[in-house]
Amino acid sequence: MSSPLQIRGEVLDVKRAGSYFVISLTAPGIPEITRPGHFLNIGIGGEESSMLLRRSFAIHQVQMRGMYGGTLDIVVGVNGKGSQWLSERRRHDPLSIVGPLGRPFVLPKEKVSCVLVGGGYGSAPLFMLAEQLRERGCRVDVVLGAATEEKLFGTLDIKRLATTLTITTDDGSSGTQGRVTDVLPDIMDKSDSAVVYACGPMGMLSAVAAIASEKRAHSQCSVEESMACGIGVCMTCVLPVIGDDGVTRMVRSCVEGPVFRGDRVRWSDVGTVPADTWGAPVEGGH
Amino acid sequence: MTRAVFSPAGGTASEQRPDVDMSTSLGFLDLPAPVLTASGCAAAGRELDQFFDITELGGIVTKSVMLQPRSGRATPRMAETPSGMLNSIGLQGPGIDQFIEKDLAWLEQRGVRTIVSIAGSNVDEYSKLAQKLRNVPGIAGIEVNISCPNVENRGLVFACQPDSASSVIQAVRRFSDPKMPILAKLSPDVTDITEIAHAVVRAGATGISVMNTTLGMVINTDTMRPALAGVTGGLSGPAIRPIAVRCVWQIRKALPDVPILGMGGIRTGQDAFQFILAGASAVSVGTVVFNDPSAPIRIQHELAQQLADHGFSSLSDAVSFAHRSADVDLVDDVEEEFEIE
Ligand SMILES: Cc1cc2nc3c(=O)[nH]c(=O)nc-3n(C[C@H](O)[C@H](O)[C@H](O)COP(=O)(O)OP(=O)(O)OC[C@H]3O[C@@H](n4cnc5c(N)ncnc54)[C@H](O)[C@@H]3O)c2cc1C
Ligand SMILES: Cc1cc2nc3c(=O)[nH]c(=O)nc-3n(C[C@H](O)[C@H](O)[C@H](O)COP(=O)(O)O)c2cc1C
Ligand code: FES
Repeated sequence: MSSPLQIRGEVLDVKRAGSYFVISLTAPGIPEITRPGHFLNIGIGGEESSMLLRRSFAIHQVQMRGMYGGTLDIVVGVNGKGSQWLSERRRHDPLSIVGPLGRPFVLPKEKVSCVLVGGGYGSAPLFMLAEQLRERGCRVDVVLGAATEEKLFGTLDIKRLATTLTITTDDGSSGTQGRVTDVLPDIMDKSDSAVVYACGPMGMLSAVAAIASEKRAHSQCSVEESMACGIGVCMTCVLPVIGDDGVTRMVRSCVEGPVFRGDRVRWSDVGTVPADTWGAPVEGGH
Repeated sequence: MTRAVFSPAGGTASEQRPDVDMSTSLGFLDLPAPVLTASGCAAAGRELDQFFDITELGGIVTKSVMLQPRSGRATPRMAETPSGMLNSIGLQGPGIDQFIEKDLAWLEQRGVRTIVSIAGSNVDEYSKLAQKLRNVPGIAGIEVNISCPNVENRGLVFACQPDSASSVIQAVRRFSDPKMPILAKLSPDVTDITEIAHAVVRAGATGISVMNTTLGMVINTDTMRPALAGVTGGLSGPAIRPIAVRCVWQIRKALPDVPILGMGGIRTGQDAFQFILAGASAVSVGTVVFNDPSAPIRIQHELAQQLADHGFSSLSDAVSFAHRSADVDLVDDVEEEFEIE
């Protein structure tokens, strides 16, 4: 795998999309080595900023060539001060970028049927994934869900890549009222899916992974843990994951994730250190 | 402040370098360059080596390792704060055996000057760690993280009491090669840091690393609970820099001959220069690495420039320069006036 780069990019364009902002930027060298599921870490507030920690964003689209060399898009939901600052960037503003980071989605060798599930801006990394799966001849069913229509991302654009597209919203403002997991079992049955790819909130990922396991399908879930460094040096971004040897470890989601096999993450224990974790505190010890 | 535009390697390799002798020493630990990484902010070097050549640094101080594998604490483990962050990792790590076998072996093969940071929950663990490291090749020095709770003394932090701090250092000294440099890493959360500094030096430390994080807390106003699973956490980053400079200054004054590895919020070469002037012979860069993965090498270059700009031809001339007596400046001024005439 190629190493991440630390570069200076430049904003080309900021567009609104529902409640999100799509930011296009130059990122010399990064598009060429990006794979679906990779993310970027973006510096906030310039060199003297009091916000020291970079913010992480999934790489949505890449363009290898063009007027500006390699460019890429990210989808930003305004959450706190950092994402707010990003949404206020304008053409030609510089951005400090580290990427591509993390382990991307694993693609199937065979032409199997795949379902892609995105919650809110979690659909962002699924576009590139859908494209590459289609190129391999896979069937691609897409399910996008959000609380409201505003919080869906990319429902129009992903249509051209999807064999079928199903939309759910909690309030019924678009598509089926309910959650992605209400419609997922049926879609998997109909398309005889072998792999489920998912990106979205933890609760959604946990439910999707459970459905996939029930249906004996493989699942690939991209998690979102709070990260201080994004490059594997600080140990803040961990969650309990079962290894090939059956042992649970607190694993760094920035370098060993963000994409994990759904059946390996101990979803209900996220946020805790389960007692049987490798190196967990023992009675009378630390 | 000028910061080089990042090249893909994150380096500034093609720039003109000022002609300053950057070599330094921490007691009998000689270093060709004065910038190191801070423990816990560079893992064991591998990740940062993707961004710049880590062998160009003074050295890598590895994440504090314990005797046994450690899962660390529950999440959330961090919270961003103004110009800093709070962390409560809980010393997650592989344990000393795997550390020696994998991390240290890699560092040695890569040709990195490695300072191994160790941590224990009682004095015996520190002794065992020192024994394990004895005769292992590729160790330039040991940094003893004593900002850990002593399970045998109501969980009180070793670094906060002169007697427990010195018993740890004594143990490490006793079981280490007599020629092994030993740096005691102090916590600022004490009434008088010079008292602890005296104690660890008497116990056999060949130098002092200062400072570790200072205890802090953030309440998440959405959940209306502590932001960290560990409730309190260590504050680091530029927010703590003045505290760290003060600690270096006080220790230098109290112990004029003990070498100091200074750290706390260093973001630029100018920040590093403050530490040198206050009395540090070398500096470590921690939290700022999360903002700028190539910060350690950038800061090393910027520090050389700072030294050159202030007329120093060698780093060692600048160490403790802020402590010089007032008449030194006076003499300089007179000489300059003569030259002009
Ligand atoms: C791998 C990964 C991919 C992501 N992809 C996207 C994306 O494509 N689009 C998008 O809008 N958001 C994405 N996020 C979430 C995004 O990083 C956060 O919304 C953002 O960091 C919030 O910063 P803030 O300053 O606005 O919020 P604040 O709450 O002020 O942030 C304070 C601190 O907490 C961290 N933090 C807060 N919320 C989150 C969160 N949800 N996840 C991780 N860290 C958080 C921040 O990084 C920062 O260090 C992703 C996160 C990760 C880990
Ligand atoms: C995430 C994190 C982990 C740390 N882990 C350790 C550690 O394992 N051992 C140690 O001695 N200090 C540890 N520290 C403290 C740093 O080494 C350093 O002393 C402190 O953060 C001040 O420097 P800075 O402001 O440059 O980060 C850690 C700091 C951070 C932010
Ligand atoms: S965010 Fe630092 S190790 Fe993952």
